Formats: sequence, C-alpha cells, structure tokens
Amino acid sequence: MALIDTINPLLTTGWSKGDAGWSLKDYEARGGYVQLKRILASKMTQDDLIAEVKKSVLRGRGGAGFPTGLKWSFMPKAAPEKYVVCNTDEGEPGTFKDRDLMRFDPHSVIEGMIIAAYAVGAKLGYNYIHGEIFDMYQRFEEALDQARAAGYLGNNILGSDFSFDLFAHHGWGAYICGEETGLLESIEGKKGQPRYKPPFPANFGLYGKPTTINNTETFAAIPFILGMGGEAYLNLGKPNNGGTKLFSVSGHVNRPGNYEVPMGTPFAKLLEMAGGMRGGRKLKAVIPGGSSAPVLPADIMMECTMDYDSIAKAGSMLGSGAVIVMDETVCMVKALERLSYFYFEESCGQCTPCREGSGWLYRVVHRIEHGEGRPEDLDLLNRVTDNMMGKTICALADAAAFPVRSFIKHFKSEFEYHIENKKCLVDPEVQRAGSGFFKAGAA
Amino acid sequence: MTNQNDMLSPEAIKKIDREVAKYPADQKQSAVMAALVIAQDEKGWLSKETIAAVAGYLGMAPIAAYEVASFYNMYDLQPVGKYKLTVCTNLPCALSGGVHAADYVKEKLGIDFNETTADGRFTLKEGECMGACGDAPVMLVNNKRMCSFMLPEQIDKLLAECK
Repeated sequence: MALIDTINPLLTTGWSKGDAGWSLKDYEARGGYVQLKRILASKMTQDDLIAEVKKSVLRGRGGAGFPTGLKWSFMPKAAPEKYVVCNTDEGEPGTFKDRDLMRFDPHSVIEGMIIAAYAVGAKLGYNYIHGEIFDMYQRFEEALDQARAAGYLGNNILGSDFSFDLFAHHGWGAYICGEETGLLESIEGKKGQPRYKPPFPANFGLYGKPTTINNTETFAAIPFILGMGGEAYLNLGKPNNGGTKLFSVSGHVNRPGNYEVPMGTPFAKLLEMAGGMRGGRKLKAVIPGGSSAPVLPADIMMECTMDYDSIAKAGSMLGSGAVIVMDETVCMVKALERLSYFYFEESCGQCTPCREGSGWLYRVVHRIEHGEGRPEDLDLLNRVTDNMMGKTICALADAAAFPVRSFIKHFKSEFEYHIENKKCLVDPEVQRAGSGFFKAGAA
Repeated sequence: MTNQNDMLSPEAIKKIDREVAKYPADQKQSAVMAALVIAQDEKGWLSKETIAAVAGYLGMAPIAAYEVASFYNMYDLQPVGKYKLTVCTNLPCALSGGVHAADYVKEKLGIDFNETTADGRFTLKEGECMGACGDAPVMLVNNKRMCSFMLPEQIDKLLAECK
C-alpha cells in the first residue's frame, strides 16, 4: 500500500513514485547521502552529531519512545568493537510502516545507520528484517549492494578514515525477536529469547559488545533531522514529541495505509485522511499504538492528538504508531480472544508468568466467547494479569495483559452480556458483514 | 547412516557461504537461520538429518540448530504440500476479512489449518501478523511470496495458479 496522504512529508518524500523510486539514483536525486557526505567532509565530531539528534527530541519509533540521542550517548567511547543494529522485525499487529520504508526508501535507513555508526564508533551493522516480508529483505540487500558500489559502505567511506559495513539478517517468524535483546540473540543464531537487563545493549549487546539498536523509522529520520537541523525537526511536532511520525491505519477505515503526520495531529484528522469509517459506520474503539497498547473507546480517542503524551494521558500508548480502528460491527470479546491467542502463541516460554499466564488469558477469554464463561471470570482475568505485569524478563507479559485489562475496563458490559447470555452482544450477521470480505447479498 | 556432507547440494553450500560471510569469522552460528531456510527451500522441509547437516556445516551442535528450527514459526519440521498457504487471521487482518478468507480457503480445499490436501498440493496454516495489515486480507505462499487484498476472486485466482 503506497502512501495516500501526508502532512509535511519527510520520511515519505520518496514514496510518491511507488516502486519506481527506491534505488540509489532516485535517493541521491532527492538529496540522499548529502548529510553523510557533509559529516565526513567537515569531520563533524561524534559529540556534535549526537547533540544535534538530542535537540530534535526524536524518540524511538519502535514503540518505547526512548530519546534516540540519549541512547546513542550511552555507548562507551573507548570500546574497540561496537555494533549498530536496526530493528525491522515489525510483527506488532497493526504495524506495517517499516515494510513500506524498506520498500520505497531503503537508502534513508542505510544512510541513517551509517550516520549512527559514525556517531557511536561502530564498524559493523545489521538490519534484522521481519521473516514474512521476503521481498523487502531482497530489496534491502539490493540497496546495500548499490550503497557499497557507490562507496557509502565498506572501508574508508568516501575517502575518509571512517569504515563501516552493513548486512541484512532475515528473521523467520517470531514476534519476540522484535524485543531488542531477543533480536540480538537471534542474530547470534539462537532462539530469540530476551536477555535480563541490565546490562543494556549499549554495554552488552551483539556478541557481548556495545550495540546501538534502533527502529527502522528512527534511523530513516536521521538524515532528515541533520538536513533541517534538530530544532526545526522538533518544531514540526510539539514539545517533547519531535518531528513527524508514520501511522499505520488498519481496520474499519475506507483507506487503510500509512500516513505521515506531525506529532500532535488530532486523531480525528488522521481518521479523515484514512477516508473515514468504512461504510459510514460508527466508530466503536481504537487501539492507538499496536496490539499491545490498551484499547480506547471512541469518545476518548476522538479527543486525542497523535503523540506520546496525549495518548499516554488518555491511558494508552502511542507505541509503534499502529492505529487499529474498530467499528460497531466488532464483538469486543472476539477481538480480545484473537489478541490473547496471539500472545499465547508468541510467548517465548522463558518466564513462567508469561508462558502460563498468556495461556490462562487466552483460555478464559476463549471460553467467554464460546458461551462457557463464568461470572467470576472477569476478576480471574484481572488477577492473572496482576501476576504477569512487571514479573518477567521482557515486556511481552505486559503486552498480553494490557489488552485484557483495557478491554474489560472499557467494555465490561459486553463481557458480562457474553457470560450471562452465552452469545455476542453484536449480532453474528452484523459481525460477518463488517469485514467486507463477502459482497453484500453473497452467501 | 547418512553422509552429512551429501545432504546439502553445492548450490545450497554456496548460498550458505554467502550468509556466513556477513558475520565475524568466529560467529558462523549467526548464519544458522539463513542456512536452515536455504536447506528448507531445497528439501521442502527440515528433517532431523537435514538440520544436523546444517549444524555440522556451521560447526554447531545439532541440538543448537534444532532449537532454532523449532523456535521460529516458518520452519517446517514436517513435510508440507507443494504450496504452503499461510493466512493471517490476527485482529487487524480479521477486521478486513482475514478469518473469512481463511474460512473460504478451507472450504475450497476441503482442509482445516495444519492439514494437507490428499493430492499433496496444498497445506494450510494460520499465520500471525505479517506486518502488512493495510493490505488485509494477507496470505503467504511458501513463506516468501506475499499476496495482498485476498478477497474471494483473488483467492480463486491464486488457487488456480498453484498447479
């Protein structure tokens, strides 16, 4: 899905030509690799570079929203062997922005990674690409060959004394590898089970060496930030929420797709850009930041602006910017059942509260959905989440718990109806029509 | 006993070597995920012998390679049909027909998830998020080919194409 609409395009400037605009010559024609050249020619110091990124208040676009410049500054200067890693293991349900970045503008990610490597003193980097998007993995490999042939990668880049090489690592189907230390384990050729933190990757990362790991969109923003200056980038958004952001809008809208808007854009505006509600139906709920973010009912969501602080204040998370839109044809119990199955399926099994808890959550929501719920089940679900949250090595347990707690909190009467009447509040025929799969009137 | 060196073709070895070259010389194990994919592409699925051959080539214990093969969803540790169809039914896809698309395929092929048609042509799998929710319903053919906007007409076309 190519970009359909945008305000202040930065990351998506190269997307307008669709699949015809991704290669090196196109990227260079729109100012690509100019920032890398400028940094190398002026022998910019690492400190100045990191300071500029800090000024932009770019916050990690993978979900956690940690300030990128600060993360880079944690890298020990003296270490002889360091790595830069890009997290393109985009598997958070609802998120599909990094796939389009790989597809339409892979060189912006490459340039961003080279600049990051310069800033932290890394000689080698990897981009870990989600297993299910083989075409994008191939495209990225092709883009790497182009960059290498042009002298942007390898020894003594553009005649400087800076050397850096970059390779693509293809995942093969494991949501947990989107967790940064699980991802590092995976690059090392192991099961992708997250590591205890601390130590954080900046001290003990890939192969036990200091490593900077950022999301694809974060790296892609770097050349633009350096081009316009950190302050100008910050001013595109709102204080503490710098720049623009890609939002992946899915579900019950007329035009699902990626939209780049300044941080702080009203949700109502984003919904309008996505063509409004499918079939003119009524908005019921939105998951604003990927499936792990708490769901918000329509009235609360319509008051939000799309930035970290506004969404957090409303009780959810901006996360990866995956906006899952649900209309009145959705049974919230069935929706939660599917999400709970996902976390049960994808728990890596390392920590007992997550391995067992995610199974309990799925089985109990499943029985409510299938007319076998018990009056005490809602309390039981909340109790299980209490025993999961904050009690595991990584955040997957919390990610499994947030949907359960928020669905029950905001749509309790629908769960109670299910338990009492052993059926959906929303008529099954209405639900069936909601997906748009069957043409009206067809069997 | 199978000679492990005969398990992988010279073409597969060449591809694996290209992957090994991406990593530091003392980190050959990093190539195990790619090597298992290459072996699976060649053999159709990963038997214990194939996994052991990959492990042997990379200087790893067979169990270490098996741990990887059994951890990631897209490795097939059992034989599959000529075409493995994986349908995403996760919530964002389901809102736009992912579950209905899976139901449609099940009915067309007369099989359920994790089953193979009697003629060995199709295996059907339920998939988790493929990171393409804007293109829902989404399906993967043999792990590598993504098919977008799979409404009934497109599904009919795809099934007819998979001879």
